[in-house]
This record gives sequence, C-alpha cells and structure tokens, in this order.
Amino acid sequence: MTETPPTPNGPSGRLAITSLDISFGRRKVVSIDELRLDHAEIVGIAGESGSGKSMTTLAILGLASTVGATVSGSIVLDGQELTALSQDDLREIRGRRIAAIFQSPSTAFSPVYKVGAIVTKALRLHGATKSEAADRAAEAMRQVLLAPDLLRRYPSQLSGGQLQRVAIALALALRAEILLADEPTSALDVTVQAEVLDLLRDLRDVTGMSILFISHDLAVVAELCDRVAVMRNGVIVEQGPASQVLSSPADPYTAELLDSVPKLATTK
Amino acid sequence: MTESAVTQPPQAAVPAGTPGGRVSRREVTWRALKANPLLAVGGALVLLIVLAAIFAPLIAPLPGDAGAATHPFSVLKAPSGAHLFGTDQVGRDILTRVMYGARVSPVIAIIVLAIACVIGVPLGVAAGFLGGWLDEAIMRVTDVFLAFPPLLLALALAAVLPASLTSLTIAIAAVWWPWYVRLVRGQAASVAGRPYIEACRALGVSRSRIIFRHILPNSITPLLVQVSLDVGGVILTASALSFLGLGAQDPVPDWGLMIAEGTSYFTPDWWLVTFPGLAILVTAFAFNLLGDGLRDLLDPKRSFMS
Amino acid sequence: MTSAPDAVPAAPAAAVAPPLLRISDLSVRFGPVHAVNQVSLDVAAGPFGLGLIGESGSGKTTIGRAVLRLVRSSGGSITFAGQDVGSLRGAALQAYRRDAQIVFQNPDNTLDPRMLIGSTIAEALNTHHVVPRHDVPGRIAELLTEAGLDPAFAERYPHQLSGGQRQRVAIARALSVQPRLLVLDEPTSALDVRTQAHMLKLIARLRAERELSYLLITHNFGVVSELCEQTAVLYLGKVAEIGATEVLLNSPAHPYTHALRSAVPEIDVASRRSRIVLPGDAPDAANPPSGCVFHPRCPLAVDRCRTEVPELREATHAHRVACHRAEDVLAGAAMSTHHRIHKTPPSTITPMPATSSTQIAAPQTPPQTA
Repeated sequence: MTETPPTPNGPSGRLAITSLDISFGRRKVVSIDELRLDHAEIVGIAGESGSGKSMTTLAILGLASTVGATVSGSIVLDGQELTALSQDDLREIRGRRIAAIFQSPSTAFSPVYKVGAIVTKALRLHGATKSEAADRAAEAMRQVLLAPDLLRRYPSQLSGGQLQRVAIALALALRAEILLADEPTSALDVTVQAEVLDLLRDLRDVTGMSILFISHDLAVVAELCDRVAVMRNGVIVEQGPASQVLSSPADPYTAELLDSVPKLATTK
Repeated sequence: MTESAVTQPPQAAVPAGTPGGRVSRREVTWRALKANPLLAVGGALVLLIVLAAIFAPLIAPLPGDAGAATHPFSVLKAPSGAHLFGTDQVGRDILTRVMYGARVSPVIAIIVLAIACVIGVPLGVAAGFLGGWLDEAIMRVTDVFLAFPPLLLALALAAVLPASLTSLTIAIAAVWWPWYVRLVRGQAASVAGRPYIEACRALGVSRSRIIFRHILPNSITPLLVQVSLDVGGVILTASALSFLGLGAQDPVPDWGLMIAEGTSYFTPDWWLVTFPGLAILVTAFAFNLLGDGLRDLLDPKRSFMS
Repeated sequence: MTSAPDAVPAAPAAAVAPPLLRISDLSVRFGPVHAVNQVSLDVAAGPFGLGLIGESGSGKTTIGRAVLRLVRSSGGSITFAGQDVGSLRGAALQAYRRDAQIVFQNPDNTLDPRMLIGSTIAEALNTHHVVPRHDVPGRIAELLTEAGLDPAFAERYPHQLSGGQRQRVAIARALSVQPRLLVLDEPTSALDVRTQAHMLKLIARLRAERELSYLLITHNFGVVSELCEQTAVLYLGKVAEIGATEVLLNSPAHPYTHALRSAVPEIDVASRRSRIVLPGDAPDAANPPSGCVFHPRCPLAVDRCRTEVPELREATHAHRVACHRAEDVLAGAAMSTHHRIHKTPPSTITPMPATSSTQIAAPQTPPQTA
C-alpha cells in the first residue's frame, strides 16, 4: 500500500460527519454535531456501553437501517456525501474504501471457510483477478506480520489475536482508506492487545490509513489516538487532541471516566 | 416454601413507580391473557374439547351412535338439520361420534405424552446434569430406540401386544420418550454449565434443589413447546395404527379410526373424513396455542410479570 | 504478609500467623492439558487480598474453581484453616461451602433468570440456616443495602437489572453466608469503567468491614494494585512470580511480568513504557515447552532455560520468582538499555525467534537494527 499516494485533506477532512442524528422511531440515540477524521489520523471515540459509539460506526458504514435506525445529517467521504448513496453504491464503498473490524474476530469469520478463501473472495468481489487477489492477500498478511501460510487455515485454527490481524490484513488488501475499529482489542489478552495497537499505529504510519477507533478503554485510546471524542448518551461531550483531553479534561464526565480507571501503585 | 418468605416486599417502602410491588397470581394470569390473546384462544379451545369429552352423553344428539349402532336407512347422509355433520357408512351420527371421540384421541395423546415426559425428563436431566458414564449409558440406550423408524417400532410393539387402546398407548409412548430424553439432556447440559449453577454448587445447595429449582425450570421450556406440538402428531400416529387394525377397533369413536374408515367414501361423501379431521386439527392447534402461551407465561422476561 | 510454603519464612510475622488458605503444589488436568501445574499460594487471614494475574490459558480461573472444589484437582492439596479441603465430606464440606464463596465474571449468567433476586439470596441463606426463616426478608434487605442496592430489588428479576447491579447481587449472595474467603473471578472485567470503579470501592469497603480474605483473579494490574497486598503472576499454569503487589509492579523479577507490565496501556504519557515484544504465541498447554515454560517467548532465554525448570526462589525480600535470570532482570540490564530499537520492516515475516534478542517496538522511529 506504500504506492498509494496520500490524498490531501479537504478543508473538512477525509471523513466529515456533521449534524448526524440517529434515531429509533422517535427516540434519538445519537446526535453528533461534528466529527472529523483526517488523512493518516487516528481518532478515538470513547464511551461506555449505550453511549452510541457503535451506532455511529454502523451509520458510517451505511448499515444503520439494517438494525431499524434512521439516519439524518451528513457523512462526507472525500467530498462524497454517503447518506445520499444507494445501497449498491454504499456496498462498493464499504470494504473497498471504508473497512471495519470488530470486537470478536472469531465471529467475524465464517468457520467453514479457510481464512484465505474469505480474504480472496472479498478482494474478488471488489474487482481483483484470482492471482492478483492471492498476491495481495499474501502481501497484506506480511504487512500485519503474519506468515501468509496462515491463510490456509480455518478460523478455529487461529488465535484471537491472529484473527484480528487477518481482519486488518483484509482491510489492507482492499486498500481501504478508512478503518473503523469497534473495540478491536477488548476481547484480547493484554500482550496481544499491545501488539495489535502497535500494528495499527505502524500501518497508519506506513500506509496513511485513517482509523476511527472505538473503545470503552480510555488508556487504550490514550495510547493510540491522535484525537479523541468522548461520547455519552449519544452526544459528544468533549473532543480534542488526546493528550489534552485525557490530561486536562474540560468536561466533568470525561474527568469522572478518567478518575474511574484503576490506578497502578507506582513508586517512581 | 422458601419463596413465600421473601415474596412479601421487604419492610423498606418500595419507592413509588419502582416496578417491584408484589403482583398477585391472578393478576399475572389476567395480564398474561391480555398480553397474549392466542393463549386465551388456545385455552378456550382446550376447555371446549374437555367439556365435550365430559358432557358428551348429555349434549350429543344421539348418544347411542357412539357405539356399535347401525341405522340402515340413514347411511351416508350429507350434513343437514337432522345430522349436522352427516352420517357414516352404517348410518351413525358423525357429530355424536366426534364428540365422543374427544374421550379417545386427546386422552391417548395426553397419556402418551405424559408417559414420554415421565420417562424422558428424569433421564434427560440425569444425563445432562450428572454427565459422565451415566450420560453415556442413557444416551446409548436412547440412540438404540432412535435408530428405528418410530412408526415401524410402534407398529411392531402394537403387533406383539393384544390389540387394545392400552397397547396402542404403550406402543406409542415407547417410541416417543427417546426424543424427549435427547431434548431435555441438551438443555440440561447447557444450563448445568452456567455460572448460576456453579454458584449454587459453591453455596452447597443440595443436588435435588439444584435440579428441581434451577435445572428443570430453565430447561423445560423447549420441551413444553415440543409436547404441545406433539399432541397432533400422537393423534395421527394413533390413527395410523388404528387404521392398520392395531389400535382402536370399530365401534370405538376414535377420530383417526373414523378417518381411516371414511377414506374409502371420501368422494363424494366428504363429511366422513372432514369432521373428524377438523377435530384433530382443532385439538392440535389448541394445544399449540396453549404451549406457546405457557412458554410466555413462564418467561420472566415478558413484561407482564412485573 | 505471608510466606509461601516450603520456603524460608520471608517475614517474621508469617511464622506466627498461619494462612487462612494454603494451596500446595496444586495441579489440575483437563485430559492432556495441565491447566494448573504445581502451584503453591497462601492467602492470609483477612483483611487480605491475593491477586492472580495472567492471560488466557494461565490457569488463574481454574485455581479459583479448584479452591471452591468446583473442579477436581489432580495433585497437591488445598488447606483452609488447617483442614484439607479435598477430603471434606458431609457437614464439614457444607461448613466449608459457607466459609468460601465465589463471584463470577459474567454478570449475565451469574443469577438464575427465572428467580427473583430475593429468592436467589434466600436460597443461600436457607441452605445454611444463616438466620431464622422469619428474618430472611429482613436480612435480604440488609444484604442488598450493604451491596449498595435498593432493597426493593428483591422483587425483581435479573434481566431487570444492569450488569453492575447484577454483579452487586452476586456479591450480596456470596456474602449472605458470611464467608471468610472470597474468590473473585474477574468481577469487574465485563463492566463499564465507572461501574468498575464503584465495584472496586464496594469490594474495598466490604473487605474492611467484614475482614475478608480474597483471591482476586484478573488480567488488570490496576485492579490488583488497588485491592491486593500480594500478587502472583501466572503463566501456563505455573507461578512465574509472586510478591507484594507494589514490588511486583515496580521491580518485576520475571521477564514475563516485565513484558506484561509493559503492555498495559497507560493514560499518563510519562508512565508509558517501551513495550517488550514477546515473539510467537502462547504455547499449547497440552504440549508445554521443556525447561522453563516461558523460554520460547523469553527475550532473555539462555540454554539453561531450555532444559532446566526454574524453581520458585527468593528474588528480593518477600518476593519470589521462577526464573534463572531474575538477577539480570532486577539489575535492569538486558531488557531496556542493552538493546537498541528494532523495528520489523512491514514487508518481512517475523521469524519465529529462538534467540534471545530483546525487541522493543518504537513505531515512530525509523528502522535500525541492533
């Protein structure tokens, strides 16, 4: 993916969300005034369960209607309004330009196919030839520091960390510009989580991929993200540079969240 | 009862608007009926069948026709004011026989299913909860029974036993229980692994209490639904055996037998088959609705409980 | 502070006060898998907390379940207040079921969905005849209040409560029989961060009020740091290191503890550490490596580690470690200063390293090899 030239940011960023409302019937679950994701930027959305962070992901993917929600407002990807697109056009964008990884990689892969078959199938759906697909899958596996041999295994033969890497490899192979990562490390062990976070950061550096990282874990957000938006009850209560928001929060809710994180007794 | 001790609200006042005030059993049932009208319909139909069975001698137009009567001059009469459901090949009133039939087919079905549950539930719970060699032993025996086509096995059993309704009931029950063992075992095994069962074990709650208070209530729902679906199935199986001369014999007003005997007259004398058929259909349907309704009633996640 | 078995008493106090719970050489096998392999741990009389830290497959949950006799041990012994737990029968076992209680991780399944909260707690109370029957409703209200819940919750079903509330009920149920020992199996890891904080406060309060001893099983260093005097780090069914929590956190003597500690994400930029890379995946517990089970992933492994199983030995005061190279780890040498920054170029496959080179990832730095 190094060959992909970095796209310059428009005035409003690579992905710009404005006045986004998501509701179930009359009940509004998300109401975002503004959220921006620039080129090669990692933006974290931090919040507790029920804060609407995952609904926001679904809306960006154009999948909110599949769970019965209605979306109004604007989601612009490189100047293109996504909310105005048909499901067919959205399908082309999903995966191809916006990829997503989720909390539980073991349920994201069908257990009856080898992971390689799943990856190449996705590539071929987006127009790659058979040999091209195989090459790109292998290359992407190397990028996520996995042996391409693992493509010949079934999902059950891979660990959770490996599967999450394969999911990221799929996004890379598709040359996705934006990765939506919804709690991608929450189900992983601490050391594996650290590896995946390092990998995401490296990929951002190398490929210029933009990442919207959704997590309930403020420490993870602090380690990975350039900017952070703190969500509560569907509303962004505070956003800004991660170092600033998480070191001197302006909103009392952010402060309370930070205060809730168990502290390590460090003597130094 | 342990629960009665705690079902009174604790002395602290329940804050206004907090769901938690005690709801009487009658109130619960009423709300359940309102929330689930199909349960009410099912219950009403089952009640209707029961009443027909009990009061058949009083309400049937021609009680004598329930037995071996013959009326050579009113053979195969179409439904009319005199015979609402028409008459059969020997001139008996079909409405009467359908009413009396409520004393045969549904009773057989209920006895068969009760026997199947009495055998199947304990074995299934034992296999699923206790596990180990007991599980292996129970399931292998069950598999042997399941290996035969059920109708064939029932047929063989019924053929060995003297032809009577009792034999018929035993023969069908003998092929029905293995399915229930398997169903209950799967449920019980999955419930047995849940943390609340572990918590009970850690608390030293007795094994019998774990089984009766936790495993059974949490694994019985699918069985309940299955049993309600099976009422129709058992009636049909019983008819099939009766048809082959292995169950109810002629003067008995068994719905299945009536259909079996009526098939040769189906065209043009459709009523011989249609009315007993409808009786089976309504019975099966009524128990289905009742089963669905009971499942909802027993599920605490349905809102009417609180 | 307690000493571990078969060791020179670490602190003089340990010689006088016997531990409430002593786990000696405990092994638990599931078929070919050695889930727990000769683990020895002591839990002092309360108030006292021993943290068990480890990743999946470390055996931490199995130890907790073995203590409660929810799984059979295949070797070693568990002694509670001087009694061998494994040989308890009848009334003695029932008494132990009162003395030792457990709180599980997942609040969704920890309560019977068909039972009112009150009935669930009543069941515990009545099983052990804790109070006369007519006092049961009052005691339920007290217990719920003590766990920070509205007593009216007794009349609710589990699904009407939030995850945090259900976890409080689970604690109330465990405490209803007045146990001396609690096994807390990841009690907060399924909860939101604020709920977790409230939960930790509750545990801290109950611990002080009821003089509880507990075994706290977790993967979160922050949680043990707040609640446990001592912590044991487990790897593949064995104790890698055990000692006072603060000592363990600040000067770990085992490379695995070091790596685990370095992987913990930190909000505070200043306290972030360079992550120590553990090559490869956690090994198969059915087929554990020879020698030190950690050697295939250890940045400091030497030949001796491949053949000789390290014994748990004194590293510093009241701090024991199972590592041949503990002195080097404590000297702070190899792990961070002697090794240069090394970044794997994205185009190469990571070799499965059998060598002892330490890799420290620092993604922002251009590639250079040691």
